Amino acid sequence: MAVTLFLPTVLARLADGGTLRSEGGTVGEVVANVAERFPQLAPRLRDENGDPYAFVTFYLNDEDIRFSGSFAAQVKDGDELTIVPAIAGG
Amino acid sequence: MTSTTSTVAPELSNEEIFRYSRHLILPEVGLEGQKKLKRARVLLVGVGGLGSPAALYLAAAGVGTLGLVDFDVVDATNLQRQVLHGTSAIGKRKLDSARERIEDLNPNVHVEAHETSLTSRNALEIIGTYDIVIDGTDNFQTRYLVNDACVLLGKPNVYGSIYRFEGQASVFATKDAPCYRCLFREPPPPGLVPSCAEGGVLGVLPGIIGTIQTTEALKIILGIGETLEGRLLLVDALRMKFRTLNLRKDPTCPACGTHEITELIDYEEFCGVRQAAAADAAAASAVPEITPTQLAARISRGEDFDLIDVREPHEWEIARIPGARLIPLATLVEALPTLDSAREIVVHCKGGGRSARAVQQLQASGFRKVWNLAGGITRWSDDVDPSTPKY
Repeated sequence: MAVTLFLPTVLARLADGGTLRSEGGTVGEVVANVAERFPQLAPRLRDENGDPYAFVTFYLNDEDIRFSGSFAAQVKDGDELTIVPAIAGG
Repeated sequence: MTSTTSTVAPELSNEEIFRYSRHLILPEVGLEGQKKLKRARVLLVGVGGLGSPAALYLAAAGVGTLGLVDFDVVDATNLQRQVLHGTSAIGKRKLDSARERIEDLNPNVHVEAHETSLTSRNALEIIGTYDIVIDGTDNFQTRYLVNDACVLLGKPNVYGSIYRFEGQASVFATKDAPCYRCLFREPPPPGLVPSCAEGGVLGVLPGIIGTIQTTEALKIILGIGETLEGRLLLVDALRMKFRTLNLRKDPTCPACGTHEITELIDYEEFCGVRQAAAADAAAASAVPEITPTQLAARISRGEDFDLIDVREPHEWEIARIPGARLIPLATLVEALPTLDSAREIVVHCKGGGRSARAVQQLQASGFRKVWNLAGGITRWSDDVDPSTPKY
């Protein structure tokens, strides 16, 4: 499945831009595909076991993936994955 | 509304009726709404980037009582975005500067100044007397503290957060709404996410996010419209994109789901701040240091050594120490073959943190004669050459 990933600017500099195309059958596979292509980005998306962090939230279309199976959540062609890291500036 | 002080609807003077006329002719506000605003008590945690526009617009709107929590002093670097404070306020307490500006803007507003940092010991007491909290803090430990206190007290937490060109906003902890921990269960380890002081922020961005927080607070007071409860607003100022995502209440959330958190905890411990500070101190003490004054003396004696600047190119453009060579920290490994481990090397950055890591990297690669410039180019400007710009 072809999925579009949206990265915030803080992570976009670790890839080639803020909008990435990726492939996979689940969110975890989509993220793994991107992690392989951009090794510097990889540790910002998932931990060393390949699991999501508690301070980076993934939205599949408009929904938090933790409520639909986390990295095991199935994706469809054309889905959008938005990555929302915790920021604290004020 | 759960105001703990005045429950009787206050009357508006003729001066107030005239002042708020553009509100009074809005059917959604009207006289009753304006009285609700006058009766409302809103707490601003932090009167910096986000708190500045919030304080100004809440005061202008006629919110009766504004509580301000801050312990900082106005610094010239604040003025690029903290529009509550002016040049004449540099060096003053932010609370004094804020009070003067608010009283000038609208003398009907009662300002309650809390000159303290919000802590687990005082948060419930301070927040408890207000109706709504606006989170304008700049660190994770205070954000989790504000969140947990608001959940325990049942007070709406109007959230906003910024970094570089992007912002987030939501309304947490109202009845049935998710809370900050439902969005981010745990904070990132210290040092992973740079602060605005380290990473920069577009000055107008807190204006955008702070006014969105203010809009939400006013809607909650007035009981109108649809707030960001259950939604997360993402703002990308570079692409000028606004997007809302659905936020769900997490039934396993220790604050608002399982209610495991029955009292405030140690948030510095929770966020790893204390452990990180201890590790930094240990690392710094393991690195040989040279002071800017000692460095200047070595330069003036014409001693032969290499001076390496590990900052970023945009920082190098602002200021540099004569004779330094720029090798940004991220490229140090690639540059190793161009360095001579037989020569003495002094490494510097802005404040001494990045260069300490560079010294450790060099030591790990077999360099033995390496020193870190204590306090970086900032202290060089203070102690040696005041003509070097500080940033």
